[in-house]
Amino acid sequence: MLALINLLLLVFLVVCAVIVARTRDLLSAVIILGAYSMMMSIIWQQLHSPDVAITEAAIGAGATSLLFLAAISRTRRHEE
Amino acid sequence: MHDMILEMIARLLIPMIQLFGMYVLFHGHLSPGGSFSGGTIIAASLIFYSLVFRFSERKHRLQHDTSLLFEGGGALLYIVVGLVGIFFGYSFLTNRGVFPLGQAGRLWSSGMIAIITVGLGGKVAGTIFTLFQELLEGGTDTDGNH
Repeated sequence: MLALINLLLLVFLVVCAVIVARTRDLLSAVIILGAYSMMMSIIWQQLHSPDVAITEAAIGAGATSLLFLAAISRTRRHEE
Repeated sequence: MHDMILEMIARLLIPMIQLFGMYVLFHGHLSPGGSFSGGTIIAASLIFYSLVFRFSERKHRLQHDTSLLFEGGGALLYIVVGLVGIFFGYSFLTNRGVFPLGQAGRLWSSGMIAIITVGLGGKVAGTIFTLFQELLEGGTDTDGNH
């Protein structure tokens, strides 16, 4: 059961990474990257490293998304 | 722009985010987390505040001087706490023999580590908030306004 959940998390991670690379809307890409970071945080927790997990949740899903949003607000939203 | 739903959610959420950030910060030597994670969570709550209330309460924003004070103060606290060891005749950042160690597992049990964690947390929070504010509002935009 636990292995199945871990497998689902990893598959979701790969799907998120592929979609981030393929989407043209940069705002959607930032939101999907936040979901990617959240999944990565849960996977770190499953790998018994809670310190990295809490840092990933704070930096990856929080601060990095906000910095990307600030960068988008200064530039264009859609990739050409 | 004045969004009532956003402001109400922010008023509910920001104290909880800050409380959680301070928990992560103060328990850095006991549980997962520490200065970097706790400082980032507190900075995220400050960024949330400055995004929601930017238009209505402009004077309540964290000014650049304040975040500069946190940054410089955190680094200065680290150096001063480290120099206390030299002052008492040990090496730099000495813990045993200078600071009271207490009981293992308690909150006040790690000597100077807790003090350094709090100082560095303030530095990280100030740095990330300044980074965001400079990126969003600093400099001149495409219209030439400051």
